[in-house]
Amino acid sequence: MKTIFFLLQKEFRQIRRNKTILPIIFVLPIVQLLILVHATTFEIKQVNLCIVDQDGSAISKQLVHQMEGSSFFKITASTFSMEQAQQQLDRNKADMIVRIPANFSRNLMQQKQAPLQLIPNAINANFATLSFNYLTQVVQSFNKNLIVEWSGALSPVPIKHISVQARFWYNPEMNYKWYMYPGIMVILITMIGMFLSGLNLVREKEMGTSEQLNVSPMKKHHFIIGKLLPFLIIGMFELVLATLLGRLVYQVPLVGSVWVLSAFTFVYLLVVLGLGLLISTLAETQQQMMFVAFFIIIVFILLSGIFTPTESMPLWVQQFNVINPLAYFMRVLRMLMLKGAGFANLLSEFIYLSIYAVIVLSMATWRYRKTA
Amino acid sequence: MDNDKSIEIHVRNLVKKFGSFVANNNLSFDVYQGEIFGFLGANGAGKTTAMRILCGLSHPTSGEITVAGFDVYKQKELIKKNIGYMSQKFSLYDDLTIAENMELYGGIYGLSRKQIKVRIGELLEKLQLTDRQSTLIADLPLGWKQKLAFSVAMIHKPRIVFLDEPTGGVDPITRRQFWDLIYEAANQGITLFVTTHYMDEAEYCDRVSIMVDGRIDALDTPGNLKNKYQVQNMNDVFIKVARPDFFSQQYTVSSSHLNNQIN
Repeated sequence: MKTIFFLLQKEFRQIRRNKTILPIIFVLPIVQLLILVHATTFEIKQVNLCIVDQDGSAISKQLVHQMEGSSFFKITASTFSMEQAQQQLDRNKADMIVRIPANFSRNLMQQKQAPLQLIPNAINANFATLSFNYLTQVVQSFNKNLIVEWSGALSPVPIKHISVQARFWYNPEMNYKWYMYPGIMVILITMIGMFLSGLNLVREKEMGTSEQLNVSPMKKHHFIIGKLLPFLIIGMFELVLATLLGRLVYQVPLVGSVWVLSAFTFVYLLVVLGLGLLISTLAETQQQMMFVAFFIIIVFILLSGIFTPTESMPLWVQQFNVINPLAYFMRVLRMLMLKGAGFANLLSEFIYLSIYAVIVLSMATWRYRKTA
Repeated sequence: MDNDKSIEIHVRNLVKKFGSFVANNNLSFDVYQGEIFGFLGANGAGKTTAMRILCGLSHPTSGEITVAGFDVYKQKELIKKNIGYMSQKFSLYDDLTIAENMELYGGIYGLSRKQIKVRIGELLEKLQLTDRQSTLIADLPLGWKQKLAFSVAMIHKPRIVFLDEPTGGVDPITRRQFWDLIYEAANQGITLFVTTHYMDEAEYCDRVSIMVDGRIDALDTPGNLKNKYQVQNMNDVFIKVARPDFFSQQYTVSSSHLNNQIN
């Protein structure tokens, strides 16, 4: 135990004097949390429309007016020629063409079907689907109003229709930042943990100081604990910083218990610190360590469902997440912060992460060689 | 060397292979307590490999080896308690101060706080660095760093100290001071196992062994070796052992030139 104290004292003295670690601890989280949360939003702010109104009637103008009234849509061009409209799409000036064919109002009046053509630019399929759906909603509500108006004019009793009122649970305002924030927190804690612990150990190998430690009677697990604890403390500090920043800047709620959050972060940090140490016991140089760690982090992040729902991935890809600690932690963090899930709901994730931590740390200790 | 002194390092038929390459080919020697044992050889002759095995940093392929009475196969950690090691690569922490480095290693070797304080005081006084104890290692000249590394290797008062080319790149005056420290340690009964490139340093050793291509080709006191090879200094002994064909060629070479050849 006494040895560990001396090792910790050494690590903290070195961290205090290190001119790059301190900025990493403070600047990295602020940059990630303040900028990346905005970078990863899928919310659609503005869809540029090109209107081709070949009908030119009062009704078609009313429809265009209703589109304009929506905060999502901006009419950037109006033309009568489909060719010109297509050029708008080609040059990325417009995101969607809305063509109102001739006889649109006449067909409506005669109670026939009145076709309307929507041509979205689907290079970004997600954006195209969303804007298509938004616009369809506008058209539907326009349609409904027309029916009510016209039939109301005929019958004295107003027509009853089913009204659907959606209420979105857990994130009532559908605030995308609330959804992304826990994800960015996971990335932050993962990067801090894996890189700081891993690079620290490899650096000792490069400097030759690890050999001086290897020739001493120090126990292997003392060494690993000495490398683990300082970064565990820094990682927990990052959690506090990130939670406060989220609350202050984006009003991200923490519905669940602070203690459950801390317990999960603690165990998760053991996993990523262990992974960092394990990689660095295998690597000889800091470059090698960086390459392997980057590879693992990128794969884990993209698989984890931070940016894209895992449910939309093919089943065999989803199955990789069994060994992806990020996926578990991310799920836990979202459930905790937004849904307020209790410990009992998250028990299986906790057991899983604990087993993962034990395995990774045992492997790192086993792989750390005092003797070549 | 008196033969009644106890044997601190006992090596019989040490072999170390890396794949098909034989780094140490059947080494056998004993090192006695309080002796300064010089371990010479050209670059790549296998000195560092053998030394790392004796320190428990590397496994031998075969052979019977005990260090401080402990077996290198089964009792590595016991060996490590009783030895000090100063590697070829400088290995104190640059971003810690002199006293902090000493404190760390004192702690790792299981000294109590009080013992550490006393030891730091002693070592600093001996090195005349008491007023510089809060200086970062990075800010010290190389010669001082080497002397410090040696002192730190001795913080736990080991029975044997291994020094791997301790004076590489250091000026002659500092080298001389360094050897004063080595003598002082030997006088206290500590056994010193030293590898070096400098042949003048070989003269300071009680006994020297010369390794060539993984074998020990000569082992005796410097005086006996000079008699045996009929030469004036250890430089020539080394060349006769390591490059037997060198003198048959009709060269007249200056001593400094020879030094370059060896280095």
